[in-house]
Amino acid sequence: MFQDILVTGLVNGGVYALLAVGFSLIFGVARIVNIAHTAFYMLAAYCFYMLLVKADLGFAVSGILSVAGVTLLSVICYRLVIEPVREHEAAVLIATIALALIFQEVMLFSFGGHYLGIPSTLSGVVSVAGVTIPYQRLLILAVAAAMLGVTWTLLYRTRLGLAIRATANDLEVANLMGMNVNRVAMATVAISVALAAIAGVVVAPVYVVDPFMWLSPLVTMLAIVVLGGLGSLKGSVIGALIIGYVESITVFALPAGAFLKGAVALSIMVLVLLLRPEGLYGVAFEEER
Amino acid sequence: MLRSFLMAAALAAASTAYGQSTVKIAILGPMAFVQGENHWAGAEMARDEINKAGGISVGGKKMQIELIRADTNEIQSVPDATNAIERVITRDKADFLIGGFRSEAVLAMQEIAMDHKKIFLGAGAADARLGENVEKNYDRYKYWFRVTPTKSPDLFRSLMAVLNSIGEQVRQSLKKEQPKVAIVAEKAVWTEPIVKGIQATLPKMKMEVVGTWQPSAIATDVTAELSAIERADADIVFTLLSGPVGISLGRQMGERNMKAVAFGINVEGQKDEFWAATAGKGNFVSTLDTYAEVEVTPKTVPFVRAFKERYKKSPTYNAATYDAIMILRTAIEQTGTTDADKLVPVLEKMVHVGTGATASWDKRHDLIWEVGKTAGIGVQWQNGKKVPFWPPQVKGMQPFQMPAR
Repeated sequence: MFQDILVTGLVNGGVYALLAVGFSLIFGVARIVNIAHTAFYMLAAYCFYMLLVKADLGFAVSGILSVAGVTLLSVICYRLVIEPVREHEAAVLIATIALALIFQEVMLFSFGGHYLGIPSTLSGVVSVAGVTIPYQRLLILAVAAAMLGVTWTLLYRTRLGLAIRATANDLEVANLMGMNVNRVAMATVAISVALAAIAGVVVAPVYVVDPFMWLSPLVTMLAIVVLGGLGSLKGSVIGALIIGYVESITVFALPAGAFLKGAVALSIMVLVLLLRPEGLYGVAFEEER
Repeated sequence: MLRSFLMAAALAAASTAYGQSTVKIAILGPMAFVQGENHWAGAEMARDEINKAGGISVGGKKMQIELIRADTNEIQSVPDATNAIERVITRDKADFLIGGFRSEAVLAMQEIAMDHKKIFLGAGAADARLGENVEKNYDRYKYWFRVTPTKSPDLFRSLMAVLNSIGEQVRQSLKKEQPKVAIVAEKAVWTEPIVKGIQATLPKMKMEVVGTWQPSAIATDVTAELSAIERADADIVFTLLSGPVGISLGRQMGERNMKAVAFGINVEGQKDEFWAATAGKGNFVSTLDTYAEVEVTPKTVPFVRAFKERYKKSPTYNAATYDAIMILRTAIEQTGTTDADKLVPVLEKMVHVGTGATASWDKRHDLIWEVGKTAGIGVQWQNGKKVPFWPPQVKGMQPFQMPAR
């Protein structure tokens, strides 16, 4: 049982990390709590479905076009919906909730409530320590690790990353130093949503695509970023792994309570808010910033 | 003054009823989802067939059927369902109500229908309390009748009958005296009595329960559950799933090349879209169902073929709205009225040979359960095709298959 928990927790944690890092990034830099983050993940899954299954464009082309299209859409949404109200955090929150619901309703109208399936990019399974793991799951884990590496490199080894970190550190000073903070915020939105879109593309083949698929990961993602510390990338990754493992342990230790997976994650979130509101790495990241 | 006003209102109401040229039937279902689509499609077929033949004869006067499409959105929201039924009764002036899917929503809608003394023919919910209400307070709830599916305890009887037959096949093919069964039931009202029943019954059937896993109905990932089931070395995965988790389970079992076979209720597995939704990985998944091209009644095969021709897919059990409308027609033509109080006694005594079942009702207005009549059929996905396999005595059944070991 131990090895089952170890492997399933790691694989599920990888998916969550992809989503949580993007969400945390945009909050850390632009103070935007983007509730529509997982709705972009849902849109990417639908795009991938249309291009791969309906247009038969192949995995690579469908994946690239889906990520590019959804990222472009996020930039448009930022300019039209978020930027005008960016100074008011509550308004941003409400605007992104509205965006997510619009995306959901548009998909419901276009595709109905049907559950759609996407073929696996890689088929077959491998046995690790007696635990069966489909290759697609390993691909997700590999993509998650690669994307986290790319994000880190972008943030710490490029000029754009420097600008993003400077803006995150002090928006007003960055502005006074001549940085175009709006453009930096827009770039961060694009990077953040691209991560969500990549998650949508690699995860869609193992899940079911439907207009409500953004809700469940949203709740889990919020629990992760609160646990890891809102705005902390390292915290998001570690939070994702902790939640992934907690969910696995719940299922293995309490089979009849498997439906409580989400509730356990939320309970952790509430506990963290009560005992350590800044999360595991909130303070460290503040200093880092 | 008041007396004149009341008289005028009464006359207006009477003249409206007298002058009404259509029988208004509200079809209640989650229209953005497959369940609602089938509710509506079955009703459309019945309406077109009856109207083409001149309509329903109400006391000698031919009246056309007018359907009212009511989107209950009940999968997402119970309040949306109660709003929808309230609207069709009070604003659209529906004469009859047919449909419903999610037990929680149908229980709430039942109250509103009974408040207005409207005949409500259920075509989707299995919760036993819907019928128990009739027994407990007949005068209030007598307008409720269940057309499909049978109530939860009877679904349980059907499931046990099929499981017994599958268990026997497992014993023979694996040379195993006591097959191991893993129960995977979504956490919902309708699964509770079945889970309790099966946990108690399987040992008596010489089957071992290796565990009960209860994911959320909207879960999209059951990897952890399946890992645990594999570890428990289960031969049969007994499912009670109405939501998308049924697709996840079918697909992920296929991806993992699991040797256990899934049987139970998997509402998503009843749909033609299941195979595509599982990306072709849902082989061997089996479920209780209602419609296939087998002679459950003489009307089943013609109905399924006509449905497929018109809608380019097979009907699900919710399409028994067709039967519900035909039942209403028979009762209305027999009594010559649309008066609910006069129709109830006729419905109680009726034996209706429909497309999905040969229906008759008990004192709770629940379907009387009988294999080959109302117990449903077992179907299994075999290489992209949904193949009927149970009950074996029905003409057109094919063998049940096990995954290769």
